[in-house]
Amino acid sequence: MAGYFKNIIDGTMSLISGMIITNKVCWQKDITLQYPHQTIKMTPRYRGHIQLVKDPETGTHSCISCGMCQKGCPSGCITVKGEKREGVKGKVLVQYDLDFTTCSLCGQCVENCRPGAIEFSLEYNLASPRKEDYHFDLLKRVEEQK
Amino acid sequence: MDVGVNLIQLAIYLGGFIGFAALNAAYLVWVERKGAARFQKRVGPKETGPFGLLQPPVDGIKLMTKQINIPEGVDKPLFILAPIISMVPAIMCFVTVPYSNSIVARDINIGLLLIFAFASVNILALMLAGWSSKNKYAVMSSARVVSQNIAYEIPMLVIAITIVMISGSLNLREIVDVQAGAFWNWNWLPFNGNFLGPITFILFYICSLAETNRAPFDLGECESELVAGFHTEYGGMGFGLFFMAEYANIVIGASLVTILFLGGWYSPLPESIPFLGASGIWWFFAKMYFLIWTVVWIRWTFPRMTVWGLLNLSWKILIPFSLFNLLASAGLLKFLG
Repeated sequence: MAGYFKNIIDGTMSLISGMIITNKVCWQKDITLQYPHQTIKMTPRYRGHIQLVKDPETGTHSCISCGMCQKGCPSGCITVKGEKREGVKGKVLVQYDLDFTTCSLCGQCVENCRPGAIEFSLEYNLASPRKEDYHFDLLKRVEEQK
Repeated sequence: MDVGVNLIQLAIYLGGFIGFAALNAAYLVWVERKGAARFQKRVGPKETGPFGLLQPPVDGIKLMTKQINIPEGVDKPLFILAPIISMVPAIMCFVTVPYSNSIVARDINIGLLLIFAFASVNILALMLAGWSSKNKYAVMSSARVVSQNIAYEIPMLVIAITIVMISGSLNLREIVDVQAGAFWNWNWLPFNGNFLGPITFILFYICSLAETNRAPFDLGECESELVAGFHTEYGGMGFGLFFMAEYANIVIGASLVTILFLGGWYSPLPESIPFLGASGIWWFFAKMYFLIWTVVWIRWTFPRMTVWGLLNLSWKILIPFSLFNLLASAGLLKFLG
């Protein structure tokens, strides 16, 4: 019988403390992000699709068209083309295509790149119903960034 | 008063009640969603109109334009009838609720009894809905609803008898009139010779939560076990009517608690204080909506009870306490009053 009343009193007390906690929470600020209206900056280690790094000194990419990224890619989703031009040392990059539909974001290309010309972008708004939207022309992209 | 005036009055009241019930059902859903959001540190509906205030009409239009789908194998007449049986008594209950000294549709001598009688018809509707659905979850849900409501109607009625003994009337307006003056005359407070007031109030409040099938006692529609309970097979406005009936019942429950315990339309302050001491319908609504807010608050605080926990609470705690409360109050009235 003593346990009966103790049970009721303990139960009532725990209910009251629960109500006090929710009342406190009720007056606190929202913690949710109103997504389409507000966004947060993506964390730097996020792996989006790769992109050519824009060198702030030269104002363009630093790719030497060595093709190591293309060779190292296990899915074969990178196409790099470079050509010799007169008066320019080394090759000039003329095409850098990425087929993101087969990319597994393994990062082999970024590892292989000796001049550090490619990096993971922080792009995540990539939903699309069309396949073509995932074929990126990275050279055009880096030029448009200027 | 002749018959013509009576009929016009009747029509006005009927329209008013249906409008009041529908408006409350719609906007209490908004309050519920906003409240849930607040208690979870979210924003809640916000895209439709300022503060999401257009959400209820949009939801209503969506429900009304949906196809009425009656599954194969259901008990068709009962299946169609159940939502209506659920909604009509809820509106009927509004008839005797006195919102202020003069605003009451029918000032009947047995108002309290009438509310209890019609409120229990709602259970019949839920049972019919579950039974006619030909769905095992719905049948289980109706079995739960019935056992729950039998268990909670007993302490609720016993407590109502306690209040009737104190006020000496079954007429809701007279019950409120006994509490006139200021807050120390209210039935829920232990002043005025009624030492058991707070216990009576808490017991009645718990029972009214359970009667309206609100969380943490919403075993009839617990999603994690029974899909949606008795309204699993309902869609469109059939579901909408159950929903409206639930919120109308919450309004009735909160009104009843206001009338029986919180002094109805009377101001909590003595009449001698200017402005705030004036009594009127605004006090009734302030108290009623505060109680409804606590209902929302409780819903988003406590997890749902187990079936046996629910029945144990009623049969082992609420019924003995309410019976003891009845006897003790009777004793107090006899020897002190």
